[in-house]
Amino acid sequence: MTPATTYPERRDDVRLLIVDPEGVAGGALHETRTPALPDFLAAGDLLVVNDAATLPASLRGHDGAGRAIEARLVAARGGGATFVAVLFGAGDWHARTEDRPAPPELPVGTRLRFGALDADIVARDPRSPRLVELRFAAVGDDLWDALYREGRPVQYAYLAHELPLWAVQTVYAARPWAFEMPSAGRPLSWQTLLALRRKGVRWAALTHAAGLSATGDPAIDAALPLPERYDIPAATVRAVTETRARGGRVVAVGTTVVRALEGATAAAGDGVLRPGGGETDLVITPAFRPRIVDGILSGAHAAHESHFRLLAAFAGAELLAAAATHAERAGFLTHELGDSMLVLPGALAGLDARARAQS
Amino acid sequence: MMNNQLAGQNVLVTGGSRGLGRALALAAARAGARVVLVAREREPLARVADDIRAAGGEAHAIEADVGERDAVAAIAGQAAAAVGAIDVLVNNASTLGPVPLRLLLDTDCEDLERALAVNLVGPFRLTKAIAGPMLLRGRGTIVNITSDAATEAYEKWGAYGASKAALEQLGRIWAAELAGTGVRVLTVDPGEMDTRMHADAMPDADRSLLADPARVAARIVALLQGGDGDGQPRSGSRVAVSAGATP
Repeated sequence: MTPATTYPERRDDVRLLIVDPEGVAGGALHETRTPALPDFLAAGDLLVVNDAATLPASLRGHDGAGRAIEARLVAARGGGATFVAVLFGAGDWHARTEDRPAPPELPVGTRLRFGALDADIVARDPRSPRLVELRFAAVGDDLWDALYREGRPVQYAYLAHELPLWAVQTVYAARPWAFEMPSAGRPLSWQTLLALRRKGVRWAALTHAAGLSATGDPAIDAALPLPERYDIPAATVRAVTETRARGGRVVAVGTTVVRALEGATAAAGDGVLRPGGGETDLVITPAFRPRIVDGILSGAHAAHESHFRLLAAFAGAELLAAAATHAERAGFLTHELGDSMLVLPGALAGLDARARAQS
Repeated sequence: MMNNQLAGQNVLVTGGSRGLGRALALAAARAGARVVLVAREREPLARVADDIRAAGGEAHAIEADVGERDAVAAIAGQAAAAVGAIDVLVNNASTLGPVPLRLLLDTDCEDLERALAVNLVGPFRLTKAIAGPMLLRGRGTIVNITSDAATEAYEKWGAYGASKAALEQLGRIWAAELAGTGVRVLTVDPGEMDTRMHADAMPDADRSLLADPARVAARIVALLQGGDGDGQPRSGSRVAVSAGATP
């Protein structure tokens, strides 16, 4: 499948493949466009979004010897001035990350300069010398000010143009916790969200610190996703609990929402979702059986991508293979600016009824 | 009895370094709000933040120009990083354009464009960035500061007046579109105040006839403290705050 290399004409009007694990044979797939999303959810369902705003997480600078370094922040450590980062060498985002020269060996204690922002390497991960902890010299408001001045959003080599900060935000972005855009929510416009509400679908939000999706370094990519922090408000827990009690479906917008809700539930021991913050190392695998989330709205991904494989937590392998083939043949676009997929049991039940009524 | 709905709320004020913006920031902080100030000039901005902190309040300063397209996502991000989701956004920053004010026939197109960028498009961008999370939470208030120059045809106030007239209409349409979401939009006309902007525009004015921005700010903060209950202005309405002249 091909990555989307430019903005769609309208971010809220891209192709949407509905995948219904309860759909009858031959009727489990349906192609539409994202403005029609409300047709496939029902009154009493709950849509949970990740309201993390996307940080300008890519910093360009150099070490003391003047050698070019790019740092891409991937996680916050402790909410202060320390962040986990992946280091890159010379070149820029136009080159695929796997083709970028590695950065020089930088021991703990090395000072890096990103414009007016200084940072020290305070730790190196044993899995890769490029996976480090950076402690910035600035703190608090000064650190945020410097990050927003010196940083750029993480860029993608398959794009023709550099993405500005506003282009990598969802329409409901609040606290800047995400290191890459929680892009499953990109096609959600207020037109669509308000149409869902008019239909009786509720919304709720949580904040999840989405990390980097890939770095081009096999040792680091094998370790992704790193543990990510989340914060689930009490109102969201209430909405989830009420929805499930009344037989509604909980639909996650993106894997970060699945990670937060299922990670928090798994960590609770008693399997009860509670409000509050935490950090999750939960990795969604095909063997994972979600306890809270019934379905997922996701970007379209090719069958070999890890993002696609984790959809197997929500639908059988055969159906997903058929979905991938459909998306491939129909020319769905993948990656951050691409098309969408909704995997949700019963999503097409209403459609079947409408089709029968029309025939 | 007045309930204090501003205590513990996050209030963002643009143009927070001087005049009404400064007075609003001080008054909101006194009412217990966490305040985020946005302004272009670092020094006066830092002084207001220091004043608030010295009085025991919480203030965060963001040096930025709301008239710059690429500044707005950063303002929203830095503000949310500092205090979390914003409860009250006050679009107060404005530019008159070059002073002395000029007839429209003598106004450069670029000066009209700049007035629109700061007084209209900037508030639009910032509202877009900040009202979204308000909708998700089902509550929030946007205040657009306007002027009687938006409704009266004063000579030489063309660029400013047209930008404020458009801001007022935008406010009415925001309110219509956001009806039922819990997010309200108010347009507030603070009247003539004894500020640097007023002095720039009308250097010969009798200052004894101008209102003290602190008194105007107190009125606006009282509006915000009252919440959306009975006797409160409806979303979409235009409120003229009359604080009278400085005694």
